[in-house]
Amino acid sequence: MRNKDFVVRFAGEGGGGLVTSAELLAQVTAQVGYHVKTFVTFPSQIMGGPTFAQARISTEPVLSYGDQLDVLVAFDREAYDTHQEEVRDGGVIVYNSGDFTLEEDGKSFGMAVDDLAKSTGNARAANMVLLGAISHLVNMPENYLPEFVTKRFTRGRPGDEEIIKANIAALSLGREEAKNSGFSLGDLEDPNPPGFDQIMIKGNDALSIGAIAAGLDLFVGYPISPATTVLQYMERNLIGPGKFVYQASSEVESINAIVGGGFAGKRAMTSTAGPGFSLMSEGLGLAWMAEIPVVVVDVQRGGPATGLPTKVEQSDLLAAIHPAHGDVSLPVIAAGTVQECYEAAIIALNWAERYQGPVILLSDHGLSEQAQNIPKFDLSKVVPERRKIYEGQNGYERYAGLEVSPMPIPGGPGSYVANASEHDGMGDTTHLPSRHIEMTERRFNKLKLLEDDNYEKENTDAPVAVMTWGGSKGGTREAYNSMIGEGQKIGWYYTMQLNPLPPQLLEELKKKELVIVPELNYLGQFSSILRSQGVKAESITQYDGKPFKVEDLIQQITERVKSHNKELNRS
Amino acid sequence: MSKKNPEYDFKWCPGCGDFGVKRAIEWATEKRNIELEVPMENTVVVAGIGCSGNLVHLLDGTQPFGIHGLHGRTLPVAFGVKMGNPDLNVIIVSGDGDFLSIGGEHIAPQAQRNLNVTAIIMDNGVYGLTKGQSSPTTFFGEVTPSTPYGKIEQPLNPLELYLSVGVNFIASGFSSSPRKLADLINQAMSYDGFSIVHVQSPCTTYNDNFDILKGNAKKGIAPVTWEVSDDYDPSDRQKAQQLISSGGIPLGVIYQNPDARSLDSRFAEMVQKVKVGDLEQQMNVFAI
Repeated sequence: MRNKDFVVRFAGEGGGGLVTSAELLAQVTAQVGYHVKTFVTFPSQIMGGPTFAQARISTEPVLSYGDQLDVLVAFDREAYDTHQEEVRDGGVIVYNSGDFTLEEDGKSFGMAVDDLAKSTGNARAANMVLLGAISHLVNMPENYLPEFVTKRFTRGRPGDEEIIKANIAALSLGREEAKNSGFSLGDLEDPNPPGFDQIMIKGNDALSIGAIAAGLDLFVGYPISPATTVLQYMERNLIGPGKFVYQASSEVESINAIVGGGFAGKRAMTSTAGPGFSLMSEGLGLAWMAEIPVVVVDVQRGGPATGLPTKVEQSDLLAAIHPAHGDVSLPVIAAGTVQECYEAAIIALNWAERYQGPVILLSDHGLSEQAQNIPKFDLSKVVPERRKIYEGQNGYERYAGLEVSPMPIPGGPGSYVANASEHDGMGDTTHLPSRHIEMTERRFNKLKLLEDDNYEKENTDAPVAVMTWGGSKGGTREAYNSMIGEGQKIGWYYTMQLNPLPPQLLEELKKKELVIVPELNYLGQFSSILRSQGVKAESITQYDGKPFKVEDLIQQITERVKSHNKELNRS
Repeated sequence: MSKKNPEYDFKWCPGCGDFGVKRAIEWATEKRNIELEVPMENTVVVAGIGCSGNLVHLLDGTQPFGIHGLHGRTLPVAFGVKMGNPDLNVIIVSGDGDFLSIGGEHIAPQAQRNLNVTAIIMDNGVYGLTKGQSSPTTFFGEVTPSTPYGKIEQPLNPLELYLSVGVNFIASGFSSSPRKLADLINQAMSYDGFSIVHVQSPCTTYNDNFDILKGNAKKGIAPVTWEVSDDYDPSDRQKAQQLISSGGIPLGVIYQNPDARSLDSRFAEMVQKVKVGDLEQQMNVFAI
């Protein structure tokens, strides 16, 4: 039988080589038409420390990272010990015999990767030696890799030809080594190249492009894992007339600066992760109170405090909705896939403009660090929204009434005070009870503008449904597909719009006997929100810093459904 | 209660120094608007928390835009406003507690950037709005509700701080001379970079140091403040350092860097030099 799907993991001391190997493999296979998803995890340090990078290659769109490994490349003993259990029966382990040796076990073979690379005349060609070996193991047509290397290094520079030659030599050497080992995983099925243009992109880059497509003018951010690449994308690309991008001195400065930018009429955004998000609490309260459009991207990592800077967790949801003291309920959009990082950024900027206030965009470490090949974004379909701008006379009551009102922009008419303290129509401070009632209701009333009914639903007849959020979407969807394939009766609901929830979705969920919510946190944060809104929801939680495995989800969801049915029978 | 708005219920105490600062700001902005032929709506007043910040609600005449944000965060907000629209005239009104204590971390970064805004700091040496606690500029040994046995830390010298972190325009004024203060504010607003006008603005209720600042011959009190002489050259940083260290509180333009360029002009220059592809081209970087 030919294989539809391969997962290859490179593990060892971090520093770049591993990640490059996985990304090269992803590039090569994506170019010939496979669907690919990579995943990288590393410790929070510049060089070294146990790292792994993997690529999942499939003939069909890839939803999750892949539970089990077909190939493990272990650069050192620690990597072997840590990861070898995840190799499936019949899988292969390629280990670096220049670093350690293993006894014959029928599933591993050693390659002195560095020596082999050196023998090609290019000590840095270790990646190529390994890719050559993998190409034999999955029986990849021999021409893929040399063609890719030729294309990649034909850059019109004097040394190009030599580099290409050395790399192709390294590929052949690796291929030969693997061939001599006698191992093979069988054929990889031919790809079904998609009929559209593709990009291979990571979540943070997709998110940045979405924000710029939606008309982002001003970005101020501060480096923090795993959000830094958004800052870097913006520093490089958010350049042009009327645009401003800057690295701030802290997250406190970032949030207050984008509030200033939003007040001055700009579409303003920052990106951060847990600790930075905590520092932004007070500034988010200011944006809510003074009704200033801003977007804060929180690329979640493990928390609380400094927590796990480079691991996956979805534990900022409650903080995203209620980041500040007092009566606030911030709009929250959570991206679940790389494609959705792009879409969510557009929605977030549009929402901020529409209701004139802060919007939180949640992503996570998994999405930020995974590259996936997806259709090129159709920028022509983006419709940036723009806040209502006041163009009348001076003496305008900017905060009058319960509805969103046109916003005066400094330099234009209608001067007022954007006030963090409770205020009257002009923005002057007041303590009148009637004003606090009116203004509080005004701020919450504006949220109605965001009740878009955008959500996914399938098998709506089933009394039990699964509804995950954010980056657990892919794994949950794969589990759901598998369960449906096995004939289980279960519904599917999903939305990026976590607050406010689409009203029709909420109505549908309320009718369910049980809604099962896989999420990567201890508290069961999303299910608690659903319960507070009248949905019978239960979480499947995991808080080990890793994404869900599909098999675990299938097992746990099945158990929940079974125990639910048992209870029904009893009653 | 403000004339323009009967609902606004905040007021300064009788004799508060901030009245003089308010008048000076009104005069200075009016003069600027006439000279540059720009409307008042071109000015944004970024206010901190404290008695000083309430100035934004108390201005008479045509109203500028205002943003009355969080405690200590005037500079970051002003940074966003100014870089969001560099054509705006951005003024900060803040106090010694708001600017130097909780907001102290923001001074140095804006000095390095040379953000083109004017900060007017009303220094009364006390937390007035919370009823008299010690602030960074409260004198050593002073008894306040939060230092009931006397303050045991040295007071901060704000002018020295500004100079040491690289603020490019530093002036020192006194609320009891609003005309002179207005002139300092005008000079600061027309300076192409980060300017601070640090104002002695006594709190008549909790820290009435008017006599100490101004001197009172009848009571035999020598003035702490003194006017910088006409032939003083504020472009010399070393002389500014000497001036600040020479005792008392000098009044006038203390330091003015003639060579510094503002952040917005440097940013505009960088943007002109850089070529960035449009979004379609940016996306093609990821094409496979």
